Amino acid sequence: MSKKLKALIIGPGNIGTDLLMKMQRSEWIEPVWMVGIDPTSEGLKRAEAMGIKTCATGVDGVLEHIIKDDIRVAFDATSAYVHAENSRKLNELGVIMIDLTPAAIGPFCVPPVNLVEQTKNLAMNVNMVTCGGQATIPMVAAISRVQPVEYGEIVATVSSRSVGPGTRVNIDEFTRTTASGVEQVGGAKKGKAIIVINPAEPPLMMRDTVHCLTETTPDQAKITESIHAMVKEVQRYVPGYQLVNGPVFDGNRVSCFMQVEGLGDFLPKYAGNLDIMTAAALRTAEMFAEEAANQSITLPARG
Amino acid sequence: MNLQGKQVTLHDMSLRDGMHAKRHQISLEEMVNIATGLDQAGMPMIEVTHGDGLGGASVNYGFPAHSDEEYLKAVVPQMKQAKISALLLPGIGTVDHLNMAKDCGVTSIRVATHCTEADVSQQHITQAAKMGMDTVGFLMMAHMVSPEKILEQAKLMVDYGANCIYATDSAGYMLPDDVTARIGLLRKELPKNIEIGFHGHHNLGMGIANSLAAIEAGASRIDGSVAGLGAGAGNTPLEVFCAVLDRMGVETGVDLFKIMDVAEDLVVPMMDHPVRVDRNSLTLGYAGVYSSFLLFAKRAEEKYGISARDLLVELGRRGTVGGQEDMIEDLALTMAKEKA
Repeated sequence: MSKKLKALIIGPGNIGTDLLMKMQRSEWIEPVWMVGIDPTSEGLKRAEAMGIKTCATGVDGVLEHIIKDDIRVAFDATSAYVHAENSRKLNELGVIMIDLTPAAIGPFCVPPVNLVEQTKNLAMNVNMVTCGGQATIPMVAAISRVQPVEYGEIVATVSSRSVGPGTRVNIDEFTRTTASGVEQVGGAKKGKAIIVINPAEPPLMMRDTVHCLTETTPDQAKITESIHAMVKEVQRYVPGYQLVNGPVFDGNRVSCFMQVEGLGDFLPKYAGNLDIMTAAALRTAEMFAEEAANQSITLPARG
Repeated sequence: MNLQGKQVTLHDMSLRDGMHAKRHQISLEEMVNIATGLDQAGMPMIEVTHGDGLGGASVNYGFPAHSDEEYLKAVVPQMKQAKISALLLPGIGTVDHLNMAKDCGVTSIRVATHCTEADVSQQHITQAAKMGMDTVGFLMMAHMVSPEKILEQAKLMVDYGANCIYATDSAGYMLPDDVTARIGLLRKELPKNIEIGFHGHHNLGMGIANSLAAIEAGASRIDGSVAGLGAGAGNTPLEVFCAVLDRMGVETGVDLFKIMDVAEDLVVPMMDHPVRVDRNSLTLGYAGVYSSFLLFAKRAEEKYGISARDLLVELGRRGTVGGQEDMIEDLALTMAKEKA
């Protein structure tokens, strides 16, 4: 029996397609279904051409195939509005849900910080926070694991072309969800998130700034070491994740300046913000698969 | 130029844009005194918030002496006739901040986006309009794109519910013809009930000239600030503008001598540095850079030994937009490494 977990992708847009391309290289996850709601969608056509089963009638259209095709994990790249229903229907069938929307009904997951914890608990719904959260929360955590962080603030600057209509119409979700992630996963007592959209051409690479205020004088050597180690952890799944400058120490302020270059699978390389989401989501699913294969977790039983 | 008989609503920025020049450290007392002075002088609208708008309190833009809520609660009840407005930049502030401002008695909200990104303002403009506020769409860095693009973005904001659209010269880069082209097209194409406004910066010394061009092209709201207190070389100095408008026969309802006195007696003594066109603020206007980058670039110069002017020119070359203050220290570090 293959160790790979079979997967369903909901939402055939940029994110879903990029995820599919990454998944085809995975040793742990096998893409089987791509689901959309528009039969003329380019994304569904592309998936079909890649040998993936497709369905244009939403999650409902694929429910009858879940057990038959032994689908174990689903990635939701649609919107916060429909996520809760998608998750409920699939969880009932024993499918683990990886949520790439800002719905955040399940616990946040930022792989190098708390993925192990989420998989060991077999959380049936994990949320990937936001692109800005994936790019910055590891740095906040790298500082807060050395000493208490009173306040963590992140500024994500992304190219206009990489920000889809869903994010634009509900930009407050981005700032709120990211700020919660900075607190809950990053370990800052108080979190703040800012997003700046830049329309420059050629598009700029995603860049992120992380400012933390530590409660006491920062231990420069330990924090620097911790940050460099964390950058390496993120690079395991996002090779283009880079500490451009810093950490800069100024009183109790610790600042890091990051750049995120994507792999350029489906989305262009400047869209590191989208890439870090898809890569983190896949990394999360792979961890479930690895834990299941070495029997440290047991997936929901099936007849 | 004949503007005889036109009516214009002036909007003072000294307590919001001026917060940039004061590193957001204006005291509650100063704020109340200046707002009261402006109110008595007949200034119809006064903006009060962190320089970067509601929710701007941050490491990135600077922590203010007091919260937006504290400033608003101190100023609003003292006003006899002036309306208090607040700025909101989606991505920094949220609808929660908007609701807070409304509860504090703010009646006018200005939702600001970069001039190509109006579609991030939908939830804020919709909510403000729904609450019956004077709702303004504020398109920043308007020099960076064509008048046609500004119009396209303005239409989005009008669709969301804005009753007034601003073309905002955040970098103080525009020349009068640039203003005429943008304001003129907005006035020609947007419905008559939608007001048009202009917000200038004085980095090329064009604050007054550009604002006059805006009125001629159809703007009925003009931003400026008493004594010019604002980011970069400041905003259009309102006491000067009032005198000019008075000479030209434009009605503002503002008492010229009273506003002169507010400028001279209250605002100038409060300045941390002379707000004027110097080589750095001039570079903002020349290179088309967001005016509030000025003090950040000066601090980076002190800390990393890279000239503020070189930093600002490079930031302009890279097409940075409002809100990217974090880029300044990052760039200074990179340039210092290259120099070493």
